[in-house]
Amino acid sequence: MKTIKLNAAIGASVTGLVVLAALVALVWTPYDPLSIGFTDRLAAPSWVHWLGTDEFGRDVLSRLMAAASTSLRISILTVMTAVLLGTIVGVAAGYVRGWTDRILMACNNALLAFPGILLALGLLSIAGANERGIVVALGLAYAPSVARIVRGSVMSLREMDYVAASRIMGNSEFFIIRRHILPNCVAPLIVLATSMFGWAILAESALSFLGLGVPPPAPTWGNMLAASRPFIAHAFWLALFPGLCISLTLLSINLLGDALRDHLDPRMRGA
Amino acid sequence: MIRLLSQRLLAALPTLLLSAIAVFAMIRLIPGDPAALMLGDQADPASLADLRHLLGLDLSLPTQFMRWAERALHGNLGVSIRTGEPVLPLVIDRFWVSARIILIAVTVAAAIAIPAGMVAAWRQNGKLDISLVSMATVLLSIPSFWLGLMLLYVFGLKLGMLPVVGYVSFSENARAALLYIVLPLATLVLHEIGILIRMARSSTLDVLRMDYITHARAKGLSEATILRRHAFRNAFGPTWTLIGLMLGNLLGGIAVVETVFTIPGLGRLLVDSILGRDYPVIQGCLLVIAFVYVLINLVVDLLYPLFDPRVAEQ
Repeated sequence: MKTIKLNAAIGASVTGLVVLAALVALVWTPYDPLSIGFTDRLAAPSWVHWLGTDEFGRDVLSRLMAAASTSLRISILTVMTAVLLGTIVGVAAGYVRGWTDRILMACNNALLAFPGILLALGLLSIAGANERGIVVALGLAYAPSVARIVRGSVMSLREMDYVAASRIMGNSEFFIIRRHILPNCVAPLIVLATSMFGWAILAESALSFLGLGVPPPAPTWGNMLAASRPFIAHAFWLALFPGLCISLTLLSINLLGDALRDHLDPRMRGA
Repeated sequence: MIRLLSQRLLAALPTLLLSAIAVFAMIRLIPGDPAALMLGDQADPASLADLRHLLGLDLSLPTQFMRWAERALHGNLGVSIRTGEPVLPLVIDRFWVSARIILIAVTVAAAIAIPAGMVAAWRQNGKLDISLVSMATVLLSIPSFWLGLMLLYVFGLKLGMLPVVGYVSFSENARAALLYIVLPLATLVLHEIGILIRMARSSTLDVLRMDYITHARAKGLSEATILRRHAFRNAFGPTWTLIGLMLGNLLGGIAVVETVFTIPGLGRLLVDSILGRDYPVIQGCLLVIAFVYVLINLVVDLLYPLFDPRVAEQ
């Protein structure tokens, strides 16, 4: 029990730190993350540039901060897209049942039968390799998991006595869905959304690393890592810090997710 | 067993058909005229019309799909726009490069992680358990492409023990091939270990909570017998399914590791064709990956009764 609380605290504070850095970067970074310097190329970490500079003399710390806001923005938008789409499909299938349910779930299961990354790469080759393309591709790729969870909750919730009571009171179906069904789907969704947030950050970095993400010069952790490859022998810090950022963010989200799952779903405790 | 086989085969068919339709539809969903996309801006109307005819773009959609599917079933997936190579041999060639690395990596990872996860579950909340789970969570959080870069820096550049990037096929020079493959393998193994330890541990925990374990203890079986005969065998099922999913996921996910170590595998081919808008090759890669994915899951399902005979009886 103690380790769970400790893990949750570590997870929450590191995540908080990343969010803070991302927010600060919106208004202020130590240097302009895009400004090219001709004197300080590939400078090692020092008091002037805390985390060194890259091959164009750009400040690594400033770029990491700017990248944090890009990564978080894309991941939040991705999770929102997936939750919105998945909830609509899940509620429609689970509440209406019948043929709507059968057809929606057949499509949903077909999508779930494929690796998410494959679906995302396929969609990305249609939507285009840019910020909007990533959000659309990853959002669509993650939506089926949301739909499945929401449908499961909705199906059991709609049989509840208080739903029947609400209907007898003459409330409309939309009112019932909004007031009685959706609020009760939130707990399992939060657990899933937390893991999805981690997947989205990882997927976004991986896509940027492959050159399929946000195009340079805009910094992302993934494209900074990709750009570091030719210089890794002489400028180790270029490869070290972006990777540390991704790993620490993912680790803190994973710790937070485990703690949330233990808290919201006591049956899974310790599992 | 035969019923299970036919059932699973039947269930796999719609998935394959759906993925074929999706891969076919993909090229229609790209905004703009595929022929114009392939030829570029300066194409004259005559060659555009020719290519449209060649691609069958002047036919109705169902007819186009039938034509395309018929060719695909004959192994003709068209030619690469960039190099003019036939797509299927190219894709299969690259597939074997990736498949070998993935298979070895997942086997090694499973051999280490599954016993470790089971032991962790047996010693739940003990020191060993906590350190194994912490290690797994850390490994799980490190992206494989960064892990690869760091391994490459330490073992390739600083210690100079291993070649840095490149790929040598086993038929050319087995010793060199082995040296080149060590770092990519280590990267994948370390990454998959994290996922597998957690899965093996949680499914073992589920089994250890079962009544028949309490019963086995009550009738005085030794702890070793309980674990060996009752717990571990039953706990293996979910992990086995995960291994199947993992193999399929890696076919796309290995692209990042192939990029780090410049290995000419399937993942890299897919990414390069997306970057180069080489649609026939993209389609070929996606089709082959989908096909292999369905096949792997089929094999995993069919072997499942070996660990859990109840599945075959249902």
